[in-house]
Amino acid sequence: MRRVFTRERLPIIATATVLVLLYLASGLLFKGFFGPQVFLNLFSDNAFLGIVAVGMTFVILSGGIDLSVGSMVGCSSIMLATLVEKGHWSPLAGIAAVLAFGIVVGLTQGWLIQKFGLPPFLVTLAGLFFCRGFGLSISRESIQIKAPLLTSWSNWSATLPGGSTVPLASFIFVGFILIAAFLAKQTRFGRTVYAIGGSEPSTVLMGLEVARTKTLVYTFSGFASALGGLVFALYTSSGNAVSGTGLELDAIASVVIGGTLLTGGYGSVFGSLLGVLTLGVIQTAIMFQGTLSSWWTKIAIGGLLLVFVLLQRALSVLSPSAKNA
Amino acid sequence: MSRYKSPLLWPVLALLVLLVFNLVATPGFFHLEMRDGRLFGSLIDILNRGTPVLLLSLGMTLVIATGGIDLSVGAVMAIVGAVAACLIARPSGCVLNGIDAHGAVGTIVAISMMAALLCGLFNGFLVSVVGLQPFVATLLLMVAGRGLAQLLTDGQIVIFNHAGFQSLSTGATAGLVNPVWIAVVACVVSSMATHGTSLGQFIRAVGANPKAAFLSGINVQAVKAAAYVACALCAGVAGLIVTADIKGADANNAGLYLELDAILAVCIGGTSLAGGKFSFAGSVIGALVMQTLTTTILTRGVPAEATLVLKAVIVVAVCLLQARQSQAKVVVVKEATT
Repeated sequence: MRRVFTRERLPIIATATVLVLLYLASGLLFKGFFGPQVFLNLFSDNAFLGIVAVGMTFVILSGGIDLSVGSMVGCSSIMLATLVEKGHWSPLAGIAAVLAFGIVVGLTQGWLIQKFGLPPFLVTLAGLFFCRGFGLSISRESIQIKAPLLTSWSNWSATLPGGSTVPLASFIFVGFILIAAFLAKQTRFGRTVYAIGGSEPSTVLMGLEVARTKTLVYTFSGFASALGGLVFALYTSSGNAVSGTGLELDAIASVVIGGTLLTGGYGSVFGSLLGVLTLGVIQTAIMFQGTLSSWWTKIAIGGLLLVFVLLQRALSVLSPSAKNA
Repeated sequence: MSRYKSPLLWPVLALLVLLVFNLVATPGFFHLEMRDGRLFGSLIDILNRGTPVLLLSLGMTLVIATGGIDLSVGAVMAIVGAVAACLIARPSGCVLNGIDAHGAVGTIVAISMMAALLCGLFNGFLVSVVGLQPFVATLLLMVAGRGLAQLLTDGQIVIFNHAGFQSLSTGATAGLVNPVWIAVVACVVSSMATHGTSLGQFIRAVGANPKAAFLSGINVQAVKAAAYVACALCAGVAGLIVTADIKGADANNAGLYLELDAILAVCIGGTSLAGGKFSFAGSVIGALVMQTLTTTILTRGVPAEATLVLKAVIVVAVCLLQARQSQAKVVVVKEATT
């Protein structure tokens, strides 16, 4: 039997505890919070954030950061809307084009970071500018999506016994998490990502594909945020170039609250799911409360992020390996 | 020394290219005239509009020189703006209504700058005492700071009328608009404090090698914390100017994305992101390049969105240039990867 409660697992155990406590506390405070629909909505309302956070998880695991994800969400949503509504593309071709765009932008960022040794946050900052500017150049106004296929997708939902509904977005989210979790734990790519985050020079010396993996990590994040943008476009039935402003912070917060070390090398996709759900519960609780305004969400997320970052810091200071170093 | 290439070469060249382009392409760009006892013209406009980014980039230069980064400057601008606007307009239900500034500009400025000071101490504490990565520590305030500013303004855009306070941005002294004077004072103060002083050497030492700096008896924690405090104070002044300019506090949009402009200005100016080397002159020129670029694009009738795409391309280009010049690091990485 391996031990479940290890020091390394403390952050994720803390997250799970916080999530359960928050959920129980909100359920006891607010009538109707325990309803199954409220719980299921945590997944559908945060699907785009979750998908983006999964991509971010890989980047942070490798010891990097991707600030371009929020504007990529806005850019891909307006791209889809414009291609389908103004360009009269078929929705499938539009989706393929948007995903390809995400991959190309991500690949370029990864290449710049890997090939020239530029700081990730700087390159992706440029990516943030680029995507936001590109999206706004396509259209400043929000465009409604009316294509029959896409409308039917955004209206579709599975009805569970008991009458609660699960829209398509939740399925995409959960499916993406499963694929990503497999990618992280069971593939050569995933293990190399962890190794790079742990120690890049050692990984190089071990003869692993550092260059290719680092580039792929940002490519994957670009793909994930483009997918997140598509889900967001379906969710709102429209494309808007300014949507996703500040989303990069929510995504980073989810990943960190989910127990992934910001220095890389330790964490999990599953943890990021817990992080996203935690943010979701906070948001929903503030909505249920009614009198608290939306900016409390920001303050609460900031506060929670502070607590978790301090916890990580305390653990790394207290850990025996740090003392020897 | 004769073979030493000035780090200011590239930024100055970039600025000159932009100015020459405007000399040819934009009629009246260099036209200056006196109206109502003050200078008017595109050049003055660039200085005036560029002041917030210039102030931010001065503070950012210090932080980057110590090997850090401050992402919270935009949020600090929003907080300071919110505090100032609330002190003047005193909207009902505002938590600051317990403080009565009696509409005195000095008191308002002082209290607002206290808010900036607190933000700086918070960042400095997290970075130097707790030992968080600077990027993470300041991200916290970046997330929560706008929330705090909205809390103060109750999510509204607080507008006010206060001639004395507005003159911070719209008034003029000796023929020049006040923001330009503020910028000049800030430049003089920061270069006097660090040029040829031990403080300047301490900052370089801490940025270049904190361990060595500590072993040679420098109080690394204090120097780092001071850099964040200075940066927040610069952001505070920038926040006051912006608030005075729009006669209101918009917690959502005040200073939005300006942290990126400031970092970019510092980068263009040749300050190494790795820390240990810095140049205020470079950052000032960097900030002017940014503003000249923005003004040029706007006067050419190119949509404002294009500025963002252009800035992105410029960041990457400048970084690639820096990466090629700065030597050892890249070589090591390349040796390690190939």
